Amino acid sequence: MNTKPNSTEAVRPGSAKQPDSIRLLIVDDEKDFVNVIAKRLSKRNFEVTKAFSGPEALRAIRKADFDIAVIDLKMEEMDGIEVLKILGKMAPELPVIILTGHGSGAALEEAIHYGAVEYLAKPCDFEELFDKIKEVCAKTGGKKNV
Amino acid sequence: MKRRLYANLQRKIIFITLLVSFIPLILLGVTIYYQFAQVFKSKIEEQIAYRARVQSNAIELFLKERTSILLAMADAYTFDFLSDKKNLEKIFQIVNNRVGGLIDLGIIDSSGRHVAYVGPYDLIKVNYYSEPWFREVESKGVYVSDVFMGYRRVPHFIIALQRQETNKRWILRATVDSDVFEGLVRTAQVGKTGDAFILNKAGFYQTHMRFGGEILSKSDLDTTIFGEGTSVIEKVNANGKKVLYAGRWLKKNNWLLVISQDAAEEMTRLFNTKQMEIIIITAGCILIIFTTIFTTHMTIKRLENYDRKMNELNAQLVHSDKLAALGKMAAGVAHEINNPLAVIAEKTGWMEDLLTEEEFQNSQNLEEYKKSLHKIEEHVERARKVIHGMLGFARRMEPHLEDVDINKVINETITFLESYARTNNISIINELSSDLPIIASDHSQIQQVFLNLLTNAIDAVGKDGTVHISGLSNNSEIAVSVRDNGPGIPKERQAKVFEPFFTTKKSGKGTGLGLSVSYNIVRNLGGTITLESEEGKGTTFTVNLPVVIPEKK
Repeated sequence: MNTKPNSTEAVRPGSAKQPDSIRLLIVDDEKDFVNVIAKRLSKRNFEVTKAFSGPEALRAIRKADFDIAVIDLKMEEMDGIEVLKILGKMAPELPVIILTGHGSGAALEEAIHYGAVEYLAKPCDFEELFDKIKEVCAKTGGKKNV
Repeated sequence: MKRRLYANLQRKIIFITLLVSFIPLILLGVTIYYQFAQVFKSKIEEQIAYRARVQSNAIELFLKERTSILLAMADAYTFDFLSDKKNLEKIFQIVNNRVGGLIDLGIIDSSGRHVAYVGPYDLIKVNYYSEPWFREVESKGVYVSDVFMGYRRVPHFIIALQRQETNKRWILRATVDSDVFEGLVRTAQVGKTGDAFILNKAGFYQTHMRFGGEILSKSDLDTTIFGEGTSVIEKVNANGKKVLYAGRWLKKNNWLLVISQDAAEEMTRLFNTKQMEIIIITAGCILIIFTTIFTTHMTIKRLENYDRKMNELNAQLVHSDKLAALGKMAAGVAHEINNPLAVIAEKTGWMEDLLTEEEFQNSQNLEEYKKSLHKIEEHVERARKVIHGMLGFARRMEPHLEDVDINKVINETITFLESYARTNNISIINELSSDLPIIASDHSQIQQVFLNLLTNAIDAVGKDGTVHISGLSNNSEIAVSVRDNGPGIPKERQAKVFEPFFTTKKSGKGTGLGLSVSYNIVRNLGGTITLESEEGKGTTFTVNLPVVIPEKK
């Protein structure tokens, strides 16, 4: 069978044992969404930085290091693809999960093309998002965790 | 409206085609007929004129021969010699042997007395002094008379010539054999109705006619209308028949040889030709009428069909334009709803997170809160499914391969439709074997196919029934069947169900796109979709998908 159920079970005890908190950047122009996700992740021991637009996200990345970024695709000032393009040069090692309500297949493929490692459709199950973040961090964090 | 337009067009085409076909045909027919009639008539006239000419020459020659031989006799012998009956008998014999055609021969002195006579009648005592021909021969020397009765009371004509000896004038007179002469004239009679006869200047018959017209009676023909040479005229006779007459003057314009011919008899062939032509033209016209009507009808039918097809295509185009716009709208709406849904879901989640804190644990209403939050989540999930279904329909992307578990897809699809089926008292029975392999295919597209098939099955059953889903697999393919116990699809409609915009559902209920879209999706995924249906028993749609083992990631 698939590896997914196993990983879900494996994460929960793992999250409790995590020694360092994961530094996460969440980018979305839907402020309510950003705020509530930030709260929920913080409660789960994440170090969350909020950005409500593309430029704001880029400023935040310039200032601090992150282990992972969760970015919306459709934003007014600068859309997620633009942000991904810039990140490709600015911080190519930063893993990005796309979380979007605009479920166009073409846009998702483009996002993957520009370096996104995973994508989720809004509204998503919080546990699923949580698992995806842990999964991605487990893959890339090993290298970075120095 | 359209029908009347086509009927009008058809009438116009038929009318114009017939007009342009008939006018030249009839003109040609009439022209050919008149040309032919003219040529034919002139040929007949030429022919009859020729016969008149030839015959008149023969008659002239007949008279000339007899006149010449009589002249020769009169020149060679004296009055005294010929007055001897024995000598005259000898001469008569010689003449009749040489040329024939004479009945008697007589010598008459200047006082009109018959001096000698050889012949069948007893005319020796007769005195001709007061006879008209006697005066004529005295003044002209040689005279061929008209036919007259004479002393024998029999119609005949004579050749008489006068000779002058030193102190004596005498006349040699011969009667021409009427039978021989008439026989000669009659050789010009042709056909069943043709006639040949001779008239004198005043219009009296000089020979018997073939039909009626006694000798020496007056003819209806006016001799003055015949001119020099040979003239041909056409006249209606007493019986109302058209008769052609060819006349030629002979004997120094004293006699008129007339050859007549019933125009109708000669023209029979022309009439036959005319009849034949009329038959051919009529047959041609009928053929043209039928062909024109037939081909016009076919053309208009075809035109009508094309027009109808074009209208259908236009309607389809408009329809698919609408659907495309609807699809775009659905995508936009989905995004606008997904964001607030996400916020609601997360806020609910946050509240659940908070409920785990100690201060809430002691609340009396903790369970109520939890239940309410759970309900909110359930309904967010419901809304999400609707939006996803809508997006799935609007999306028309190329299949992209992912791991697809058919069992999962079908279970999800059944979840979508459960409440719909339940309200109509339809039970969906899932008999899929649980060991169907996971294949590389397009999850959302396959889901759309089964969503369409199941929706159709439920709609086909209507109320109170069952929909069975069964599935089998072997090494190469997975076959999933959706069977309903609805009314079935009539044979003639089975071929059409995969056509776009074909629907039997009430307007507004079905787009007619479901099966067509499903068909295309399955084909794009390398599979097939087939149906079996029996009226009154139900319908089974079977989807065969190739087993493509997903690559290990």
